[in-house]
Amino acid sequence: MDVRVINPFLNGTVSVLKTMAFVEPKAGKPFLKKDSLARGDVSGIIGLTGSARGSLALSFSEGAILKIVSNMLGEEIKSVNGDIKDAVGEITNMVSGAARKELETMGYNITAAIPTVVAGKDHSISHVLGGPSIIIPFETPQGPFVVDICIGNLNGGQ
Amino acid sequence: MSVNKNLKILVVDDFATMRKVIRNLLKQGGFENIVEAEDGVAALKVLQSQKVDFVISDWNMPNMSGLELLKAVRGSDDLKELPFLMVTAEALKDNVVAAVKAGVSNYIVKPFTAEVLTEKIEKIVKSMAA
Repeated sequence: MDVRVINPFLNGTVSVLKTMAFVEPKAGKPFLKKDSLARGDVSGIIGLTGSARGSLALSFSEGAILKIVSNMLGEEIKSVNGDIKDAVGEITNMVSGAARKELETMGYNITAAIPTVVAGKDHSISHVLGGPSIIIPFETPQGPFVVDICIGNLNGGQ
Repeated sequence: MSVNKNLKILVVDDFATMRKVIRNLLKQGGFENIVEAEDGVAALKVLQSQKVDFVISDWNMPNMSGLELLKAVRGSDDLKELPFLMVTAEALKDNVVAAVKAGVSNYIVKPFTAEVLTEKIEKIVKSMAA
């Protein structure tokens, strides 16, 4: 795992949620995760290839994602429904895009697959490389969420 | 010169939620006359059946991508002048170059605010009217 990937994904997450959902999450201290258990109730996962291979997951608590998507849509969503799952996929896609743009300025060209979304208590996240992954924990007033990254060493760059 | 807020805007995105998000942002910018399509194929059907003033299309879509839709629009005698704003989750150079070559009016990178979206629309409409 190359720690240089952490900041682009952290910055991308904050930027996407601040811009699209008017939510300013507070990042905690990253830590290593060795199991496949999701740390949230709804997760978006996206595969990455190119200068580095791996996957990114965003895993939201129900409270956090209900507020985020309600703000994005301009209407109150009260339960995890199709809109929530669609939005988690789109948020995952946007965070991946923002992070990959920052990585591109560092000379790394990474492409992304189509995100998939999993919902339910105690679901698991299957990373492309198996694991372990780095967790960046975030807090919002409505609940926590995490960015869960498992990516190989970056090749190339400046 | 202020832009006519009654422009009929076609929003093309395979994610229904993202169409709702863009509709919400457009409404914040004062644009209420909005129609939707779930991909490029559906968008072409809308464009052939009713007059649309402006297209906002996602890049990544099944069946017909935003780029393919743009090429189809620019290749049509009736639609070739239609303002076309491409929405993408990434501003990767190759994609931007491909969109510009295909005649995109402008592009916008997600995430974006209602203000940025409105500015892009107004800039395109004003440049086409000049």
